Amino acid sequence: MTELRLEGLAYEDRLRSVDLTVRPGETVGLIGPNGSGKTTLLRCVYGTLAPTGGRALLDGDDLRALGPKARARRVATVPQDTGTDFELTVRELVALGRSPHKRFWEGDTAPDREHADAALARVGLTGFADRPYPTLSGGERQRALVARALVQDPALLVLDEPTNHLDIRHQLDVLALVRALGTTNLLALHDLNLAGAYCDRIYVLERGRVVTGGTPAEVLTPALLDAVYGVDAEVVPHPRTGSPTVVYLHGPAGGQEASTM
Amino acid sequence: MSTGTRAPGPTEKQTVPARVPRPRPPAGRLRHSAVVAGLLVALAAAVLASLALGSVRIPPGQVIDALTGRAGPSPYRTIVLDVRLPRVLLGVVVGAGLAVVGAVLQALVRNRLADPFLLGISSGASAGAVLVLVVGIGGGVTTTLALPAGAFAGALASLVLVYGLARRGGTMTGPRLVLAGVAVSYVLSALTTLILAAAGRPEHFREALYWSLGGLGSARWDTLVLPAAVLVLGLGLLLALARPLDLLLVGEEDATALGLDTARFRAAVFVLVSLVTAVMVAASGAVGFIGLMAPHAARLAVGAPHRRLLPVAALGGAVALVLADLGARTLIAPQDLPVGVLTALIGGPFFLWLMRRRPEGAPL
Repeated sequence: MTELRLEGLAYEDRLRSVDLTVRPGETVGLIGPNGSGKTTLLRCVYGTLAPTGGRALLDGDDLRALGPKARARRVATVPQDTGTDFELTVRELVALGRSPHKRFWEGDTAPDREHADAALARVGLTGFADRPYPTLSGGERQRALVARALVQDPALLVLDEPTNHLDIRHQLDVLALVRALGTTNLLALHDLNLAGAYCDRIYVLERGRVVTGGTPAEVLTPALLDAVYGVDAEVVPHPRTGSPTVVYLHGPAGGQEASTM
Repeated sequence: MSTGTRAPGPTEKQTVPARVPRPRPPAGRLRHSAVVAGLLVALAAAVLASLALGSVRIPPGQVIDALTGRAGPSPYRTIVLDVRLPRVLLGVVVGAGLAVVGAVLQALVRNRLADPFLLGISSGASAGAVLVLVVGIGGGVTTTLALPAGAFAGALASLVLVYGLARRGGTMTGPRLVLAGVAVSYVLSALTTLILAAAGRPEHFREALYWSLGGLGSARWDTLVLPAAVLVLGLGLLLALARPLDLLLVGEEDATALGLDTARFRAAVFVLVSLVTAVMVAASGAVGFIGLMAPHAARLAVGAPHRRLLPVAALGGAVALVLADLGARTLIAPQDLPVGVLTALIGGPFFLWLMRRRPEGAPL
């Protein structure tokens, strides 16, 4: 199993010397307000941004030095949905995930298509394989992109808001699926309760720095939520699952500049 | 998939369904081999018609006799083999070349409105070629290479310029791209005319018209070799690059995450499409809209993946340009219209229709 270690990772002024470790087989969540650097951090890991400082090490190999193709064989990502103007079918789109494992001139083979179909079944999109991708709903697209990451056979899965466009059932499905894959996972999440329920550990980013990290119970505290998000909340262990559950207290946050600018 | 909460580990039993019978090809698409066969028949018919029709009508039987070498020396044979055939074949090559370039450009800039003519690449090639022509670099035999070389420089420069202008400030939008292309194209066309006029060439208006609207009238057997060779090589290379081209369709970010060195690949393909465009323009002037229409029709028929798309687009472009040239020669015969007039007459409205008919959620 694969370990990801970030050592002083920096990108311009959006990410300032982040140290972070995702141990083999762990699912680690990144939380933080908008603009705190979650996406920038993830992009430095899956390779569409070149860090301006520090290193991202995958089992000790500098991801930068690996080159795009070798990296894509080990790291897969589910990007925030990008629309496409061209009518690839869902199967064609998913099969593109096989690309890092193939020579560039090789076409899709029957095993590739079966791989794609199996991945589509895992994300509950059986029957969508021949549909043009642009005709899918936001949630269906996101699941198709998850399927594309699955056929990539990655050791590390990097997900940026994988539950963004999904209804609650598919949010739970996707996160349960990600956990069941046996990959090492790093994901940015908005929903703190989902982060608490599905992540082994959580790192909190604020203005490009890691504020704290630890188990959900250690990290998700009223004091932290107040400090980082400026919200008044209570955190209680769920009576049945035991995972920390955030309950937001409505009304003006005590003494904060919540209602007036 | 289970909808449980924190059920760790691989306890989930995936219900992999029994193999669903796969409808091949997907709904709304035609079988690739059937499309290719149909287009080959259409191309053969268009070529035959073009050889038979014109200021002199030649019975189809005589055309075939001339082609198969059964006809003895006769004026018909000369017309078919030495006048019409090179011209028709140039139409095949240029039509196919422009269609392939259009399809690849559309993937490169992720926009269905891209076309070598609309993006100013053809005008760049024309300007480059005209400059070589006027300055007279390497006169005589070497013009067959110097002209395309000048066109190549012009094409690459204008493509880089348009792409740079359209991308300024991060993301590239369709309107920006087309506006930049049209503006650059106008400037370069004006430049072409200016160069020809300033050089005091006696026929400069005619020449300017040819370079900015295109025409196949200059076709000869010896000028056919280079475009044909470049088409075969270019198409072969691009077919080999079908997978990375497909990756471009999902966007720069995704393509990189899927292992493509996007910047290098794009630069290499820029050079390749500039080269193909330049050679086509050097042989026929700047014919517009073939590169817009043929790839789009091909995509409707066989889908977006390039391994299937490129051959179909090439054949479609060939058929389209051969027919357009037939029209250009015969509509107001004995006058020879610039073929670009006809492709623009059909292509302009097509462009507007494409603009209106973008898929839901797609960027313009």
